[in-house]
Amino acid sequence: MIRDITLGQYYPVDSCIHRLDPRVKLLGTLIYVVSLFVVDNAVGYLVGGLALGIVIYLSRVPVTYIMRGLKPILFLLCFSVALNVFLTPGDTVLLQLGFLRVTWEGLTRAFFMGIRLIFLIMGSSLMTFTTTPNQLTDGLETGLRALKKVGVPVHEIAMMMSIALRFIPILIEETDKIMKAQMARGADFESGNVLQRAKALLPILVPLFISSFRRASDLAMAMEARCYHGGEGRTKMKPLKYKRTDLIAYGILAAYLVLMILLGILF
Amino acid sequence: MSLELKNLNYIYNEGTPMESHALKDINLTIRDGEFVGLIGHTGSGKSTLTQHLNALLEATSGEYYYNGENVYGENFSKKELRRKVGLVFQYPEHQLFEVDVLTDVCFGPKNLGLSEEEARSRAKEALKMVGMGENYYEKSPFDLSGGEKRRVAIAGVLAMHPEVLILDEPTAGLDPKGRDEILDEIAKLQKEQHMTVILVSHSMEDVATYVDRLIVMYQSGILFDDTPKAVFRHRKEMEEAHLAVPQMSELMRMLKEKGIDLGEDIITVAEAKDAIMKRWKEKNGSGR
Repeated sequence: MIRDITLGQYYPVDSCIHRLDPRVKLLGTLIYVVSLFVVDNAVGYLVGGLALGIVIYLSRVPVTYIMRGLKPILFLLCFSVALNVFLTPGDTVLLQLGFLRVTWEGLTRAFFMGIRLIFLIMGSSLMTFTTTPNQLTDGLETGLRALKKVGVPVHEIAMMMSIALRFIPILIEETDKIMKAQMARGADFESGNVLQRAKALLPILVPLFISSFRRASDLAMAMEARCYHGGEGRTKMKPLKYKRTDLIAYGILAAYLVLMILLGILF
Repeated sequence: MSLELKNLNYIYNEGTPMESHALKDINLTIRDGEFVGLIGHTGSGKSTLTQHLNALLEATSGEYYYNGENVYGENFSKKELRRKVGLVFQYPEHQLFEVDVLTDVCFGPKNLGLSEEEARSRAKEALKMVGMGENYYEKSPFDLSGGEKRRVAIAGVLAMHPEVLILDEPTAGLDPKGRDEILDEIAKLQKEQHMTVILVSHSMEDVATYVDRLIVMYQSGILFDDTPKAVFRHRKEMEEAHLAVPQMSELMRMLKEKGIDLGEDIITVAEAKDAIMKRWKEKNGSGR
């Protein structure tokens, strides 16, 4: 039921991508996104797709699993492709339907636009598939440490993020449980008009809010009981340290970025 | 009236690395009016099994017949089954949501399409069954104590007039007094209303005292299905399934090792007391 949500879920297998330092993966995702906007030609997209394919292969996450993450943006994808097909001005008109005009330029542009969006989503979801939420916030905290000097509460932001991320599966499970409990009492969430359906959500939302507040206050209590006082002087059990493979990965990333920029300029 | 499961299998997250086989080839028949205990270590499949009984989960393979009707058949109404098989979840008080106790208990009956008046009368009747008087009707469910909240939640299911009542750990987190009160009331309901009751529990003492039949689950399958006395004879196998026998069985075994054999099959405090008193009288003459 509601458990089937896969968006941003960690996929627990062991691979060289999983073992990379989260900072490398964060920067890598950023570089990949930038590289997709640098190039605007077939060769560039081919290289981008090849790079993505290799990383997916190395990560050992099934392609079908990653594809599933595309479903929620399917509408957005179709919409932007359609817009590009019909609204790109061009000279080689292929089809004229009233005021709608399909040009060769529009078709190619829409095609590349669609590919770019798909690569974007797949590339960034690959990061969350191969990095646990904890590693991710750890990576963010260490990666953004420099900002602390200008007064950004980096540790607090990272802590809030990790708590929020940690609570997502708990709340999903809780919602599932409450839904089932109310269904056991005859509640019906599937039929009726919009208003009836919205009203049917009340028996889920009220207990969910109450339990969220209860959990939040329990957590605050537990943190205080262990003398939590913010990031000052706090050490980590598993401090992030670059290994050889991370440095190699940085090298590959740099080479990839240079290649993409060159492709963008040359073609 | 009966529940009948045939070769039931259930697999969570099939086809992903998170896949887990939660129920393996379950064959089970529960007859009308039985008081059944269901025990097992955490993760043994108890909760998954109970959720199948009112069709909140549908088996990956296998069959389920309720009174001979195929639950997975096309024309079977799952909503109707959920009325007949009432399921009280673990920590049911977390599902309370209404402004006052009476309205909350009315939620179930109203979902059945009953009139306001009829729903209220059923709610009052159900609250009476769990020992909650009129002075509670207007109170907010969130102002009650843990034990009281749980009774209200149980009443919420009872108000739907189920034929089978399943309780998942109804006494978890309650003090001994609250625990005994709730279990006594459930036992009373089972006798007086001739209701089929399935009690999921961690406590060997609870099941030893109350149930007539005990089902032990281990690693997604059924390990034992017999009377509590017969089940608790398998001390070794129970320990291998990470379960203990009741404290009284353990005590009788230790006494036997010391040379005082009071007989097998003593599993409750009351039985132990009787056996010890009997031996005492034999030893000290019947005059005392």
